[in-house]
Amino acid sequence: MYNFDFVKPSTVEEAVAALQDDEAQPLSGGQTLIPSMKQRLNAPGTLVSLLGIEALKGISVSDGVMTIGGTTTHATVAAQADAYPALAYLAGQIGDPAVRNRGTIGGSLANNDPAACYPAAALASGATIVTNTREIAADDFFQGMFTTDLEEGEIITAVKFPIPEAANYQKFEQPASRFALTAVFVAKYADGVRVAITGASEEGVFRWAEAEDALSNSFSAEALSALAVPANDMITDLHGTAEYRAHLCKVLTGRAVSAIS
Amino acid sequence: MPKDGIGASTKRREDIRFLTGKGRYTDDINLHGQAYVHFLRADVAHATLNGIETQDAASMPGVLRVFTATDFDGVGGLPCGWQITDRKGQPMQEPKHPIMAEGKIRHVGEIVAAVVAETLDQARDAAEAIVLDYDELPAVIDMKAAVQEDAPRVHDDLTSNLCYDWGFVEENKAAVDEAFLAADHVTTLELVNNRLVANPMEPRVAIGDYAAHDDSSTLYTTSQNPHVIRLLMGAFVLGIPEHKLRVVAPDVGGGFGTKIFHYAEEAFCTFAAKQLKRPVKWTSTRSEAFMSDAHGRDHVTKIQLALDAENNFTALRTDTYANMGAYLSTFAPSVPTWLHGTLMAGNYRTPLIYVNVKAVFTNTVPVDAYRGAGRPEATFQLERVIDKAARELGVDPAELRRQNFIRKDQFPYATPVAVEYDTGDYEATLNKALELSDYAGFANRHAESQARGKLRGIGLAHYIEACGIAPSNLVGQLGARAGLYESATVRVNATGGIVVMTGSHSHGQGHETSFPQVIAQMIGIEPDQVEIVHGDTANTPMGMGTYGSRSIAVGGSAMVRATEKIISKAKKIAAHILEASDADIELKDGKFSVAGTDKSLNWGDVTLAAYVPHNYPLTDLEPGLEETAFYDPSNFTYPSGCYICEVEIDPDTGKVTIERFTAADDFGNVINPMIVEGQVQGGVAQGIGQALLENCTYDSEGQLLSASYMDYAMPRASDVPMITVDHSCQTPCTHNPLGVKGCGEAGAIGSPPAVINAVLDAMHRAGKPVAHIDMPVTPAKVWAAMNA
Repeated sequence: MYNFDFVKPSTVEEAVAALQDDEAQPLSGGQTLIPSMKQRLNAPGTLVSLLGIEALKGISVSDGVMTIGGTTTHATVAAQADAYPALAYLAGQIGDPAVRNRGTIGGSLANNDPAACYPAAALASGATIVTNTREIAADDFFQGMFTTDLEEGEIITAVKFPIPEAANYQKFEQPASRFALTAVFVAKYADGVRVAITGASEEGVFRWAEAEDALSNSFSAEALSALAVPANDMITDLHGTAEYRAHLCKVLTGRAVSAIS
Repeated sequence: MPKDGIGASTKRREDIRFLTGKGRYTDDINLHGQAYVHFLRADVAHATLNGIETQDAASMPGVLRVFTATDFDGVGGLPCGWQITDRKGQPMQEPKHPIMAEGKIRHVGEIVAAVVAETLDQARDAAEAIVLDYDELPAVIDMKAAVQEDAPRVHDDLTSNLCYDWGFVEENKAAVDEAFLAADHVTTLELVNNRLVANPMEPRVAIGDYAAHDDSSTLYTTSQNPHVIRLLMGAFVLGIPEHKLRVVAPDVGGGFGTKIFHYAEEAFCTFAAKQLKRPVKWTSTRSEAFMSDAHGRDHVTKIQLALDAENNFTALRTDTYANMGAYLSTFAPSVPTWLHGTLMAGNYRTPLIYVNVKAVFTNTVPVDAYRGAGRPEATFQLERVIDKAARELGVDPAELRRQNFIRKDQFPYATPVAVEYDTGDYEATLNKALELSDYAGFANRHAESQARGKLRGIGLAHYIEACGIAPSNLVGQLGARAGLYESATVRVNATGGIVVMTGSHSHGQGHETSFPQVIAQMIGIEPDQVEIVHGDTANTPMGMGTYGSRSIAVGGSAMVRATEKIISKAKKIAAHILEASDADIELKDGKFSVAGTDKSLNWGDVTLAAYVPHNYPLTDLEPGLEETAFYDPSNFTYPSGCYICEVEIDPDTGKVTIERFTAADDFGNVINPMIVEGQVQGGVAQGIGQALLENCTYDSEGQLLSASYMDYAMPRASDVPMITVDHSCQTPCTHNPLGVKGCGEAGAIGSPPAVINAVLDAMHRAGKPVAHIDMPVTPAKVWAAMNA
């Protein structure tokens, strides 16, 4: 790790100001940033910790929407997101207890790791990512592997999840890292079903539109029987081929639907 | 009798310090004035190294010196401890193994330069300023491609990438080939024994220290065998006589073989400390461990089993390519040969066996012994080909094995592959495992799984292994350049307490608990009167350390011999005081008595007399009570057993879960059953890791793809089922004083074929028969096999 300066502001405004420095990077739970710094792959001049900002923490529910502060840890969501059980379950499946006690929802979404869990929930829920400057629909937020709509220095202050009638998360773990080899989040709303898949695609998290249409018509695993996710854009790596991941997309979607119905 | 003597499941005394953070590991040692080294490691697999520009780095803050290969004038290469003779009677090709890359880079992770600085960060900063001038060469990764005529050479000064072509037993080859021509059935199987990274919890650490006042060097290191390191490094690398060199291996957090070997980093730290007159410390990161700790396994094999019309095994032949990596690690050549070929008889009467092994240099990290070392590779191919034969012949795999077992009335049994098993009862462990696993009830469990849409399979494997290594005269004939005896000094203090200084080394085995149980039993005192000292060449007799499941069988035997000397002398002292003949003195429950009288002395009375010799047979005996013994075994020990694994497969995802696992082992006599069970549990966990999860993978350019825990899957607690462990089948070893056999590697040897046999059984029962599937059987691989 190279030397760096460290600041821990107590308001979003102070954090935004500190991030004006070109060499500054925001630090939330640090579960990706700190390991990359230890390997000297990342060398910020200043780390701007967001953890001193009380306004970014916590969970609230109002008018059928769960709002989670940007620096709320996975452990907190797992323990307290009772109003959205599938989301609480997802948070409880991330990493291990040490990761869940440090890692944050804002950090996970801003990083947009193609195998991370939260992007699936955000996209399947049609969540809104709230930043210090604007609100971004999940459909616009995720723009491919490790890429989002966030501008330099923009901070995720909260994520708003419309709470579905029912939802389920099916994660098939990569055996070494226990990230998602492929994972599927299915959320059923009054106006339709949304299906988001993480871990599988070269393009990062994506919605499976055909499945959404089929399930919106008939919410049953059988409704998926004629469908298939094409393997073209799927990831091939040490742990599975594109074909295997495409197959898992369908299996896990079916399981999520069965778990709900 | 002591309450915690032989046979007691005494809790491990060392765990108190390990579990409360009071262990003293090498990295816990920090010396006054200590400097730190950072090694610049190659990030390409194969290259001509034209030059290394170190000037900028040398002038950076805190830098004491930058070292490259040219700074080691007069320093030898890392020696190889075993020489194999090939099929034509020629010695193996043995390239120089320099401390740092000399003229050529031969694997990713090879040390190219070293920066010693006041702090580790300064050393790392400076290493980034080193400029390498190199021309990349095509990498040699695939073993079969490596031995082609036109393959690029890993070592330009060798005639090829073939280290040796070994035939065993060469004289039997023609007879074996004939038997195959005459066979009624031949089963052929090609398989890979996957490359593994040992991954002990504690990474390697080395600290060199130099004392100018007496010109002596000390190396603190994470080693399984400090005396071996002292000998190899002192005599062959640095030219330091042993009386000027001390090697200390304090608490060591797991070894599994990969901490046997003498590594460049140890020699470097010792060398640099003397050059700089400063202690020099290196602590491996996990990333460095993946590309610098010797790897394990990595065999590509074709095995064939010949059977007659009655399903008797008539002959076996096997051809293996064994990866050596870029250089010969300390014991690498012995692993695919004498620790592998000699085990090909397994538990069976197969009369004719021929083993061919081609050891190959590649641009990868050196490969050497890893828990089991050669024996897992032998057992895996043998137990897989037998299962395949049973499937082809339509017979029960358990019964095919039973039919071909060496029978218990046939011991001692000389196999056609040069070893003589002293004892065994393979039917006993088979029957025990069948009973404990409820083999008969499998059909019900299969039906229950089927009802849930799951595939279920059951697989078994037998193993025999040769451990408790080794008879020195035998291994000398086989090419070992060292003896493999063990030593112990038993020092009895004046007030009766005992310190045992053993050449064995404990890095998880629990010696501090089990060794005292033996002495307690022999003398009749409580184990807490006995302390075990190990790991420091300054206060232990020259010993060969711990590997090859040798500690209790060889080290324990040395301790028994030394204790016998103690008892003999103590009886003479007691006889003198009691005015009796020493032949009439009996030692029982820590009390010396004259047979047939009520005259007696306590243990402490005699030990005190030895050091306060006021009433002492000074004309016949020296005062004091301290004895040393060196024990060289007359044979290996041959533990054996039967492992039965039951798996469930999710057909939709291909995920395999182990539902039941039964291990019935014959370890002969058992000192501490709890510790033995722990060894089996740990070994099976590692075997399950190899079978289901672990895989060290290179790409065609020699980049290590599985270079961290993000991609190298270690078994976690949830991957390992509750394991039923039994060692009630006991045929004691006939040639060591305790009647014990080694138990440390058995679990890792016997479990992989049991797991794979179970997986294939499940697929077969589901109507998706697959002849073989290579380890690790990941979900993706199982799914692909079932949907091919």
